Amino acid sequence: MTWRVHVRILPRKGLLDPQGQAVEHALAALRFPEASNVHVGKAIALDVAAGTAAEAESRVRTMCDQLLANPVTEDYEIEVESGAAA
Amino acid sequence: MMRVAVVRFPGSNCEPEACRAVERAGGQAFYVWHRDTTLSGADAVILPGGFSYGDYLRSGAIARFSPVMEAIKAHAAAGGPVLGICNGFQILCEAGLLPGALVRNAGLKYLSRPVDVRIERVDTPFTNAYRAGEVIRIPIGHGDGCYVAPESQLALLEAEGRVVLRYAPLSGMDTPANPNGSVQDIAAICSPSGTVVGMMPHPERLAERVLGSDAGHGVFVSLMQFRSAEVV
Repeated sequence: MTWRVHVRILPRKGLLDPQGQAVEHALAALRFPEASNVHVGKAIALDVAAGTAAEAESRVRTMCDQLLANPVTEDYEIEVESGAAA
Repeated sequence: MMRVAVVRFPGSNCEPEACRAVERAGGQAFYVWHRDTTLSGADAVILPGGFSYGDYLRSGAIARFSPVMEAIKAHAAAGGPVLGICNGFQILCEAGLLPGALVRNAGLKYLSRPVDVRIERVDTPFTNAYRAGEVIRIPIGHGDGCYVAPESQLALLEAEGRVVLRYAPLSGMDTPANPNGSVQDIAAICSPSGTVVGMMPHPERLAERVLGSDAGHGVFVSLMQFRSAEVV
C-alpha cells in the first residue's frame, strides 16, 4: 500500500528565526496586529510504500533524522493521511 | 611536495582559486570529483565554497551523501588535514565531521564583503602561519553563515579551544563585526584534534598581493608548514 505523508519542518524553538521575524514584521506593517509567534519552515510531501500507516510514519521519521531535517536546528512533525493513497 | 585534493561538487565555486592558492604556497593541487571514491593519495583535502546541489533542502545537506565523503571521513579519521570553506564548512557540519550547523544570516541578506577575523588558534594545519590574536581581513560570500550549536556543545568548543576564527571589530569598518549573527562571533571551528577546520570566510579569494592583499595566503602556507613539521 502507498501512504501520503506530510512532513512539517520548523526552526527549533528558541533558535533565532530571522525569516519568521521578518514575516511577523511585515504582517504588523499590513495591520495584522493579531499575528504573533510567526515561524517559517518547510513542508515536504511524499508517497511511502508501507504495510501500515504506523510503518510509513516510522520510515519517514528515519528519513527525517537522516536527511529531511537537521537535528541541530530543526523540529519536525509527521502526518500520514488517513486511508491508503493507492 | 604536499598534494592537496580540491573536491568539486555540482555547484562548487572558487575551486580554481583554492588550487592556485595551494600552488602559490608551494603545494600541488588537483581536483577530485564528488563521485570519486578515493582521494588519489592526497595529503590534505579542501572542500570549496559554492552552492553544492543548489543548496536544496539545506546548505550542504545533499553533498554530504556524495561518494567522496566516505573517503574524506576516512582521511579525517586517520588525522589527515581537511579544510571546509564556506559551503565546505556547511558540508562538514551536515556530515557530522564538525558539530553544530550554519543557518540563515540574522539579517536574511546574502553578504559578499570583507570581514575582520581574529586568529584564535594557531596550532591547526590551516592557521599556524599566523600569530595568535592577529586580525586579518578576508572576504565572505554567504547567505547561511550563522553558526549555531546546542549550549553544551558551545561550552565544549570553548573549553577545548576549538574556535579557530572569530569575527572581530577593527577600526575602519562601518558595519558590525559579526556579519551574520553567529553565536559567540564564531567564524571557524575545528575538530578535537584540530586537523579538520571549517571556516565561513574565503581565504583563497584574497591570497595574492595583486588583488590588494594576500591576507588569506597564510592559510595555505600553514598547510605546507604543517606537513614539514610532520615530516620532521
